[in-house]
Order: sequence, then C-alpha cells, then structure tokens
Amino acid sequence: MSENKNLLLEIKDLTIHYVTESGRVHAVEGLNLELAPGETLGFVGETGAGKTTTALGIMRLLPMPPAKIISGDILFEGESLLSKNESQMRAIRGGKIAMIFQDPMTSLDPVVPVIEQIAEMVELHQKGTKADALKRAGDMLELVGIPRERGVAYPHQFSGGMKQRVVIAIALACDPTLLIADEPTTALDVTIQAQVLELMHELKEKFKTAMIMITHDLGIVAEMCDKVAIMYAGRVVEYGTTAMIYNHRLHPYTEGLFNSLPDLESEQEELKVIHGLMPDPTNLPSGCCFHPRCPYATEDCSKSAPAMAEVAPGHFVACPVRVAELKNN
Amino acid sequence: MTEQLNNQPMVVVNHLKKYFNTPRGLLHAVDDVSFFVNRGETLGLVGESGCGKSTLGRAMIRLLEPTSGEVKFWGRDIVGLGKGEMKEMRKKVQIVFQDPYSCLNPRLSVSELIAEPLIVNNFCSSRKEMNDRITRLMDTVGLARRLIGAYPHELDGGRRQRIGIARSLALDPEFIVLDEPVSALDVCIQAQVLNLLNQLQRENNYTYVFISHNLSVVKHLSDRIAVMYLGKIVELTDYRTTFKNPLHPYTQALLSAIPIPKVGQKRDRIILEGDVPSPVNPPKGCRFAGRCRFAQDICRQQSPELNEYEPNHFVACHFTGKIQYTR
Repeated sequence: MSENKNLLLEIKDLTIHYVTESGRVHAVEGLNLELAPGETLGFVGETGAGKTTTALGIMRLLPMPPAKIISGDILFEGESLLSKNESQMRAIRGGKIAMIFQDPMTSLDPVVPVIEQIAEMVELHQKGTKADALKRAGDMLELVGIPRERGVAYPHQFSGGMKQRVVIAIALACDPTLLIADEPTTALDVTIQAQVLELMHELKEKFKTAMIMITHDLGIVAEMCDKVAIMYAGRVVEYGTTAMIYNHRLHPYTEGLFNSLPDLESEQEELKVIHGLMPDPTNLPSGCCFHPRCPYATEDCSKSAPAMAEVAPGHFVACPVRVAELKNN
Repeated sequence: MTEQLNNQPMVVVNHLKKYFNTPRGLLHAVDDVSFFVNRGETLGLVGESGCGKSTLGRAMIRLLEPTSGEVKFWGRDIVGLGKGEMKEMRKKVQIVFQDPYSCLNPRLSVSELIAEPLIVNNFCSSRKEMNDRITRLMDTVGLARRLIGAYPHELDGGRRQRIGIARSLALDPEFIVLDEPVSALDVCIQAQVLNLLNQLQRENNYTYVFISHNLSVVKHLSDRIAVMYLGKIVELTDYRTTFKNPLHPYTQALLSAIPIPKVGQKRDRIILEGDVPSPVNPPKGCRFAGRCRFAQDICRQQSPELNEYEPNHFVACHFTGKIQYTR
C-alpha cells in the first residue's frame, strides 16, 4: 500500500492466534490496514471473522493467553503500540484511543451515577480538580443530548439508547483521535439506532475523530463509513472506499454477503445465498479460505493463499480469479 | 379443514388482550388487537422491543393465556377450549422460537429432539414409522442425515434453528408462528433459513405469522404486514403498500430509520424524539402521541381506532390522509 506519512493508524501484516487446548484458532491472518485522521473505516464480516479480535488487538486488550500476537505491527501516530508498556497503554486507552462496546447495559457501572463515570475518565487523563472533571462530564452529557441534571441518575434509570449515549460521552470525554465502535447500535431498536447514528455522525464531524466501525450491518456502513474492509475467516478479502465496494464489489464473498440481504426496493422470490458454513477457525481450508463455498473457485484457489491486488486506486481485492476476469474484459 | 370454509380467513383474532400484573401496575402488553390471517399467507408482525409482538404471537396460540378476547381457528374459538381439545388443536398450531440456543434441550440428540413432539402426540404407530418420519423431516429442513445423533452444542445457530423448524413441522401443522426465527443468525445463514421457510410454505401451503423487528426480512417473507406500537396495531396492509405508502406517522418513522446498504442514498430521515413509553399504565389517547410530529389535542384524549382507510389498508390515526409522507 502507498507510502503516506500522514497516517493515524497503520496495521502491518498483523497475525493473531488463540492457542487453546482444542487447537490453534487463526483469528486474524496477515491483516493490513491504514486509517488517516478523521476517516471512518467500516469492519464488516460475520461472527468469527476476526473483527473484534483486531479491535481488541489495537487496544491491547486481548486476553493473553490464550491470544498471541504472532507477527506484524500496529502503528498509532507513527509509534508501535505493541512495544508500549502497560502504563503507556493506559494513557492511550481512553485518552487517544477510545472504544465503544456493543452492549451499553454491561459496559456501565450499575452502582455509580453516570456523571461520575464520565468524570472518572476525565480525571484519569486530564489535569485539574474533581470539580473541573464534573463540569466537563456535564458538558459531555449535554453534547450527547442528555440534560446535565440527569447525570445523578444511575444506569438502570436510563433506557438502552440513553445508556449508549452515556457510553459515547465517556468515550469522547478526552477528545480521542481514534474511536473504535464495536457494534455500537446492534443492541438497540431501529428508531433508537437512528438517533444514536445521527449523534455519532454529528460528533464525528464536529471533533474530526477517526473511527473504526465494527458492524455486520451493511446499511450502517453505507451511512457512516468512508472506507470498508470486508473480513472473512480472519483475513481482509476486499478493501476500498465505501463507494467502490458498494458499486463495484469484486470478491465473491462480498458479493454473497450483499446478495444475502433482502432488498427493500425490489422483489425477490429467493435470496441468492452463499452455500455452506463459515470454516472452523482451528482448521481453515488451504489456499483461499473461501474456496470451498466459492462459485468462482478454480483448482489453484485451494493451493495458494491469494494476494491482495489493487484493481483501482485504493481498491484491493484478494481474489486472483475475479481480478483476472476484470483484466480480460 | 372443510371445503366451504375456504373463503373465510383461517385465523381470526378479535379484541385480544393480554395484561400482566406487575408491582408497578397493570402492564398492557397486547391491548385490544383484532386481525385475521388467510390460509397460505404470511402475516408479518413488526415493531420494536416491548411493543407486544411476541406476547401477541404467544397469546394467539395460548402459550400465554389471553386476558380477554377470542382467537378463532377455522371459526372455532380456541380461547375457551379445554385441555384435551387444546392438545388436539396444538398439532395444527405450532411455533418456532427466536433463540435456537435456549429452546432446545441440550441433553437430547437431534433425533430425540425431533421425535419429542411425535411421541407426546402418539403420532407414529411404530418405531420404524417414526424413524422414517424423522429422517424425512431432516431432509425437508436441510439437515444432513449424519447429524442424527448430534447434540445441539455441536451445531451452529443455523442448524439449530433448522431443528426448531423440523420440530414445528413434525405434526403436519397448518399454522406456524415464527417468533424472530432468524434474528440470532448471521446474514448468510439468515438468508439460507429465509429461503427454507419460503420454500416450505410454497410446497405445503403453510400459514405463517412472522414476528420480527427487521423490516427488510419481514418484507421479504410477508404478504401483509401489521405494525405494532406499545400493544396496539397501528397499521396493517399488504407489504407493498406498507413500503410505498405508509400512512401512520410511526410506520413512516420506522421505515425511514432503516439503514439502506447503498451508497449515496440520502433520505429524509424522520428522527423520533425520546423512547417508547412504558406499557405499564400507558397514557390514554394515542400511544404514539408523545413522539408524534403531528400530534394534536385529540390525540392525547382519544385512542384512535384501527379503521380501513382504503381497501385493505387499516390505519389507527386520527389524521390519516391529512398528513403527507415526506420522502
């Protein structure tokens, strides 16, 4: 990928395995990604594709053991996160890189008023008195659309959407340059999801925060993301700007994923499905992991792992068959 | 069942109510709901969590005892049936549950799980007949025969849901309530299960009530769609009209909230303020009034009836036709 000095996050050839008694899980294999300041990248894939493992890897929150970073590097603002010690990482977590988890019900402390949970974050990362931190926390609450006075309430007194707003307030309290959102709206109803997405969109524009959005919902990606990485069995199979992927998707898995979604605007009797199941991550197929389910597969696909090829500026696909097809046309 | 009944709806629900007593007051989970389902059609029930769609699905087959109202199956009210009669009726009326992880007994193998309804109802006269039926059901729902001795924990969500479907089909039902059958599944597996449900209906003329919070999934499977809000049906019409010409302000907001997987489709999204109010002692008047852009005084005073605004298009709103859908 291109040399660019102005990158916020650069993941180089990252490989993460879980070493367990029942075998070695290849959670992430040779992952390369780049993120510029202010950009939003969508991570799309099914359960077990390695999305969350990658995110936890960036945050250095992987449970080790069983997780093990086999190779590769994660550069944040030009510095390797993997060589930081724990106290340096603590300053980064919540400070420069913040994370929003899927379930707002479990990521808040049930016995602490929400305003204090936000203030706690500010106190940890910024100088000043407790009063300053509480003031900042109140400002954050208003920013996410919750009246300051409600800050004394406990999480159980809020609805799911409101709780996720509190989580967003905590994440943004210290002006992070990178926000990792792991399925931030999956636990929410669709009208509440719309409110939260709208809020995240506004705040992203306002603070120019870069974001990694982990989701399985291609609709949310279309709405929120500049770039998308489609993951399958621990590998990125297609990567590019959202417009490129949505309008000129090439990889057979990406195609299958889109075809599996019922279309709201047309009528289909039958959905075109990807046959079979996700492979067992302890026993991945040889060559391209997708070949047993792929309608385009040739004999070579089972022999060697496909390399990423750039088919258009900034559009990468790991499928030699489709790339060759494109060249011949 | 009988020929002369073919022109009438298979299931008719009249003024069905299901209330729960809670420490904080009476919870109106389903509040005076009436509709019908024709033979061979799929009625989609959509709404957000807590709107009462699952309670309705269960109350209409008496997995929950309705507080009042009637549910007529081929003209016969099943609410008053005794235990023995209801057991007979249950063969015709089945349900598939949302969570394929918790609805299957982990200690039973696939064949035992599918055999359970057959044994309970003395459906087969011999062991051989039952084994034949089990393998046939496994073929029908696309479970490989080698899995016959497998236990649920060995299988993925999609296969478990296929067991749930096989169990519901075991007794040759006519009517199946599908309660969020694909919500716990990944999109690719979800598509496989949707295709299966579709194909089974085409081949056997099953009648479905399909409960889901996912509108694109509901649209894909349903002939008609009922939109629920806080225990009431607010709009009921065929799936095309639901999407092309939604008339209730809640339906409009709900549809506009769906993220569409296409780039550059900027829509005028109607963002609803606030959250769904509590179904415990709900406000009088229209339940949606507190979040509605068009609410007037009358909306807070008087609960709107579900009226047929145009043929086969039922809307519960005081201002139907007087407000424009902005798109």
